[in-house]
Amino acid sequence: MKITLTVNGVTRSAEAEPRTLLVDFIRTQLGMRGTHIGCDTTSCGACTVVLDGLPVKSCTVLAAQAEGAEVRTVEGLKQNGSLHPIQAAFKEHHGLQCGFCTPGMMLVGASLIERNPTPSEDEVRWEISGNLCRCTGYMNIVKAIQAAGNELANAEESSA
Amino acid sequence: MYPASFDYTAPTSIEEATALLAELGDEGRVLAGGQSLLPMMKLRLAQPANLVDINRIGGLDTLDAANGHLEVGALVRHADVVNSDLVTSSSPLMASAAPWIADPLVRNRGTVCGSVAHCDPEGDWNSVMLALGADVVATSTSGERAIPIGEFVVDFFTNSLQPGEMVTSIRVPRAHDRTGGAYLKLERKIGDYATVGVATHIRLDTDGTIGEAGIGLTSVGPINIKATEAEAMLLGQHPGDELFASAAAAAGHAADPASDIRGPAEYKRAVVEAYVRRGLAACLSQISQEGR
Repeated sequence: MKITLTVNGVTRSAEAEPRTLLVDFIRTQLGMRGTHIGCDTTSCGACTVVLDGLPVKSCTVLAAQAEGAEVRTVEGLKQNGSLHPIQAAFKEHHGLQCGFCTPGMMLVGASLIERNPTPSEDEVRWEISGNLCRCTGYMNIVKAIQAAGNELANAEESSA
Repeated sequence: MYPASFDYTAPTSIEEATALLAELGDEGRVLAGGQSLLPMMKLRLAQPANLVDINRIGGLDTLDAANGHLEVGALVRHADVVNSDLVTSSSPLMASAAPWIADPLVRNRGTVCGSVAHCDPEGDWNSVMLALGADVVATSTSGERAIPIGEFVVDFFTNSLQPGEMVTSIRVPRAHDRTGGAYLKLERKIGDYATVGVATHIRLDTDGTIGEAGIGLTSVGPINIKATEAEAMLLGQHPGDELFASAAAAAGHAADPASDIRGPAEYKRAVVEAYVRRGLAACLSQISQEGR
């Protein structure tokens, strides 16, 4: 079947079987490898994408179900050639070690701070509780998400 | 991991979906959030020949209060329940349970009705529905029927839907005044199945005695268990620590846990007792705060 969806603002189409998972569609059919496959069992969140505004685990969504949907992947964070505040903060605060969980962590973090730019540590930890970092680098991930939120809040304030 | 091949259809109305399901019979399986069904298909524990994806049917994603019920549509996601003021005011037990379902990403996708229909004894919602006495609304080409949750949950991963039927909503009785509800869940980590989960619900009559009591148990038997003996002990009585302790002991007796990686059976039974006691006390404290 032909599947058409919007990925990071660009309309993309490809042929796939009904059983094709969204993560495989993105990686294989669309050739975008930023979205990772970790556990493949809905546990780890490495495959997180934002589907119609909500972060979900794309190993547990059929590509067919994303027909007509808006998908945001880690490749869509960068704007006009510059890093998204969440990317800059992960770099600045050492929010990644091996980098495997990073796309998911950043997408969940970006979704959170776009809703609530100044989350508490508990709120951040709650939000990322569906994403596993096997390097156990949570402290810096939390720090990076909070710093990115502050950055966003300051930018909004200075533009207001 | 890939599921086995299947045919996929995405109807846009209940009529279209039920006509398809009638035609497909045993071969058809409804796909809603897919957070339990797709993992099972990837592990080839389920191999439906046809998936009927109901996500494109309008109007199923609503939470409504009508006729004394809270109606939870088939596409209401767990996250919708977490964020709903209507649920907070209509069902303290549902509001208490919702944040404990899976993890935030799964809650964005998985549905309450799908979880109930899945009948996994490690699923949280069926304990809640058993405690509250909810009805499952099943729709087919010949109309709809309301199935009491106790008759809907038949066995391990088995519900009483007939071929051609789909769950279109769940009707939860709305809480009256002097009602409390609490879901307590012991889990090793967020997103893990419950080691033990306990749903408790009580409503006090105007004379201060218990007019309604509901207790549901998760992960301690082949199905979610309604602790009927414990509920009966509470009815008509004045609430108190001693009464709650006896009901908790009865609920522990009703539990039928197995020893596994999450702990030995006796430990789980002890947790059931402790959580029933604490859950009932939490219900009571909600009710006393309500009066202030």
